[in-house]
Amino acid sequence: MKYSSQMVAKPYFIFALILLAGEIVFGLAMGTQYLYGDFLFPAIPFNVLRMVHTNLLIVLLLFGFMGATYYLIPEESERELWSPMLAKLTFWIFAAAGVATILGYLFVPYATLAESLANSFWPTMGREFLEQPTLTKVGIVVVVLSYILNVTMTVIKGRKTTISVILLTGLFGLAFFFLFAFYVPTNLAMDKFFWWFVVHLWVEGTWELILGALLAFVLIKTTGVDREHIDKWLYLIIAMTLISGLAGTGHHFFYIGTPGYWLWIGSIASAAEPIPFFLMILFAYNMAKNRRIQHDNKIALTWAKGTAVVGFLGAGVWGFLHTLAPINYYTHGTQLTAAHGHLAFFGAYVMICFTMISYAMPILRGRPHGNGPKSQKVELASFWMMVLGMIGLTLALTVAGIMQIEMQRLPDAAHAVGFMETQAAISKVYMVRLAFGVMVLLGLLTYFYSFFVKEEKAAA
Amino acid sequence: MAKTLSIKAPYPPGDFAIWIIVYVELVTFGLLFVGYAYSRRANLHLFNDSQLLLNQTTGFINTLLLITSSFFIVKAVEKIKSMTHDTRYKSNIAASHWLLSAIVLGSFFLVLKLTEFSHIFGQGITLSTNTFFMFYLLLTMFHFMHVSLGVIILVNLYRKTKSQGYTSEDCRGLESGALYWHLVDLLWIVLFPLVYIIR
Repeated sequence: MKYSSQMVAKPYFIFALILLAGEIVFGLAMGTQYLYGDFLFPAIPFNVLRMVHTNLLIVLLLFGFMGATYYLIPEESERELWSPMLAKLTFWIFAAAGVATILGYLFVPYATLAESLANSFWPTMGREFLEQPTLTKVGIVVVVLSYILNVTMTVIKGRKTTISVILLTGLFGLAFFFLFAFYVPTNLAMDKFFWWFVVHLWVEGTWELILGALLAFVLIKTTGVDREHIDKWLYLIIAMTLISGLAGTGHHFFYIGTPGYWLWIGSIASAAEPIPFFLMILFAYNMAKNRRIQHDNKIALTWAKGTAVVGFLGAGVWGFLHTLAPINYYTHGTQLTAAHGHLAFFGAYVMICFTMISYAMPILRGRPHGNGPKSQKVELASFWMMVLGMIGLTLALTVAGIMQIEMQRLPDAAHAVGFMETQAAISKVYMVRLAFGVMVLLGLLTYFYSFFVKEEKAAA
Repeated sequence: MAKTLSIKAPYPPGDFAIWIIVYVELVTFGLLFVGYAYSRRANLHLFNDSQLLLNQTTGFINTLLLITSSFFIVKAVEKIKSMTHDTRYKSNIAASHWLLSAIVLGSFFLVLKLTEFSHIFGQGITLSTNTFFMFYLLLTMFHFMHVSLGVIILVNLYRKTKSQGYTSEDCRGLESGALYWHLVDLLWIVLFPLVYIIR
């Protein structure tokens, strides 16, 4: 560790991993409810589980990004963090607010939560993924702004690199688009239209900048390839991401009451969206091939390459499967969407957090050359368990989605099978999905175990 | 005869990245062109009637502007590539003149296009008017953004030639910019007959 203030990243990483465990557990509970509808009834109904599952994902990724940034920025800027104290303080504020919100979801009926937190004063609750009480949303804004202030001041006072500038651009974008979470038009079509400004423009716009910057950072560190070479790739990827991602918002405006031209804009722009992800694969493998150093932390490079590949599969391939308007007409909101969502979030964003954690955590724990070989072996096993688990889960959901489309969407109104009947017919597939979900959890537990593997003492 | 600085012309010219961009652009515009053709087949009368509202003359002038500007870019690259040890200053200045001429023509294109847009919008036409105008506006506005970016790129190349920044061996930036401008030109050459002329 070059700068002592990088240490503030550690609690962020640990908390992100804890939240990930929570997210998977809630996911498994939901997977079980698909099979046994009264599981956990009446304590935690499906809608609450789902809300906790998705909100945990968003918060864990924010924690992961923040930790990654606090680790990366001092090294890129070649100076200590502007205010390590502020970073520590916001960690506790964000963690406390996050936990309180999740507990609120679990123990207070949502309507009561809305009422007791004066949602009617400025109503922002009730939108999918943005269910947080207005107060929590304000808290998120405060935390994110203080985080951006901290990072910006560090960058301004220190060395400016392509990585830090792109990361900052992503962070500013993240902050800007979150503001649409506070704008809730009463017209339902308008509501959905602006809701995507947060959801899509985070995930398929600004977050991709953050992803690109983090990936480039780890690749520079683990391969020793020239910065100049990496910068060029990064610019190319980022340019393509922004152009295709911004116009690609159109693929969410199919059949929701928006004008028909979105069918064309959305289809064509999002057909280009897999390209930056494919470039990321070329980027990662090219850098690994031309590496100038053999870094002892091999597993970090494995995660980096994995991020590029699984990100491409989840976001690129599974996204493209149903992004063209005529196809989306049938697939909209089926399990195919869930398949895409799971692999894309895992491949692109959860895995980039793992990449950063696997690179930075050993250093933060006083092992500059990465964990020992035994620990890395365990981590490699966890890598494959999680990756294969997620791919298996995605394939199962894809089969479920196709069955759903075949039974519910393709036939005419007279012959279409009802929702519950369809769900019953898919139940075997849901069982497979649950099994792969368990595999992912076991993978994560193995990952946790890799932190505690004792290395045999080298013979003196 | 003075020896040129370049021993062997590298092929393909320009940066690897610009070729990726060129292919992606061609595929994206290609999809739009195919979409246009497909929709036109289904709404032949609507497309033919709507097309009459477009001004073919400004479209033709714009075509000439872009083709000529592309020629100027070729001359600029040629000046740099044929540079000798003694002519670095002269060649860069000559290239800068060609680039400036291309910038002027490109800017004319943008001005003409803006007047065309204001005329179209003045008639109350929007993306939602009909399928033809949706394609017309999507294609031409998307292309307009490309020309705008192209002009910005050319201005940067111009500034570099003004400071004698290129040699015949070190001119990948210039070649990449030139490639981009040719792409913009090529797209218009397909777009113009497709949307303005073919009936």
